[in-house]
Amino acid sequence: MPGRQADTYINMKEKIRHPKPYMNPYLAGILLGFVLLASFYLTGRGLGASGATRSMVIGAVTTVTPEHAENSGYFSKYLGDNQMKTWLVLEIAGVIIGGFLSGAWAGRLKIRVEHSPGITKRKRIYMAILGGLLFGFGSQLGRGCTSGAALTGMSVMSLAGFVTMMAIFGTAFLLAYFFRKNWI
Amino acid sequence: MGPLVPLQNISNELNLLIAFVIGLGFGIALEQAGFSSSRKLAGMFYGYDTTVLKVFFTAAITAMLGLIFLNFIGLIDLDIVYVNEYYVYSAIVGGVIMGAGFIIGGFCPGTSFTAAAIGKVDAMWFILGSMIGILIFGETFIFWQDLYMSGYKGAIKISDVLGIRDGYFALLLILVATLMFWVAELAEKKFKREDITKEI
Repeated sequence: MPGRQADTYINMKEKIRHPKPYMNPYLAGILLGFVLLASFYLTGRGLGASGATRSMVIGAVTTVTPEHAENSGYFSKYLGDNQMKTWLVLEIAGVIIGGFLSGAWAGRLKIRVEHSPGITKRKRIYMAILGGLLFGFGSQLGRGCTSGAALTGMSVMSLAGFVTMMAIFGTAFLLAYFFRKNWI
Repeated sequence: MGPLVPLQNISNELNLLIAFVIGLGFGIALEQAGFSSSRKLAGMFYGYDTTVLKVFFTAAITAMLGLIFLNFIGLIDLDIVYVNEYYVYSAIVGGVIMGAGFIIGGFCPGTSFTAAAIGKVDAMWFILGSMIGILIFGETFIFWQDLYMSGYKGAIKISDVLGIRDGYFALLLILVATLMFWVAELAEKKFKREDITKEI
């Protein structure tokens, strides 16, 4: 490798070996709070995530069997728009790019399965799929996830937001003992 | 006067651009906070890392106070800001299922996207799992329809339920959060796991 490129390469490797520390959590919270506030000021609504995943699912179902999506009692509520051009899909596209840029800047880009030494990679992936499945299902029943229902809901003082937040975190605390091997 | 998109005749294209830019900020904040690591997120439930609590409540309070101020100086019409509607049973049951998903899967939907963005393979599988979960919900909606719609209370605010003004509720939440932050800092000392926190 020519000189400068080699230097950059070594710098990148060095960066990944010694990533920058995370932001102070209270400061990160204030930053997130301002992003949420900007969303309210600009659009009248807060942040969301599971709604974008639902759009992707509806987009896929509509592509495979359009009639089936129309006949579905649930998905049909959301048909009509181009599913890949909804507000939340664009927002999540931003989240992915923003996350990538932040990770690149801090030296945290690395393809890997993060898991506790107590479990195998394979088990971690099975648990991630199962957890995702439950979270996805629950987010539809609960009309939003940690972002749209709990965080956004709390900042507009909606009772629903506080109830959902307590149900999510309360359950996770109650079950933590049974899944400790997966994490500690 | 805000909110701008519903009040100022903003075009759909510009609205989608706003969505993307807000998403950028959201993604950067989540990744900088460390929410791209499932073991950091899960630390909340074992006490060795309570970042989730700190970030979550600081963010909610910042936005809440911001809304109160913007309303006070006449920059936002709070009647147009969306307040989540409360359906008692689906909020609780949905929340319980999400809580189980959180401790099993280690992410929530938003954090799984930031984690996948920096190369966490477990987060990519979590996203696939959540798509399957949403598909199952949609396909079996007929069984959950009654639960989904029952206990409708409207877009009620917790301050109204408690019968206090919004500002007093915000103050109360700040006091409760401060107490929780203090407990969280103590917990991080008591349940310290340097072997884990060094790696995440």
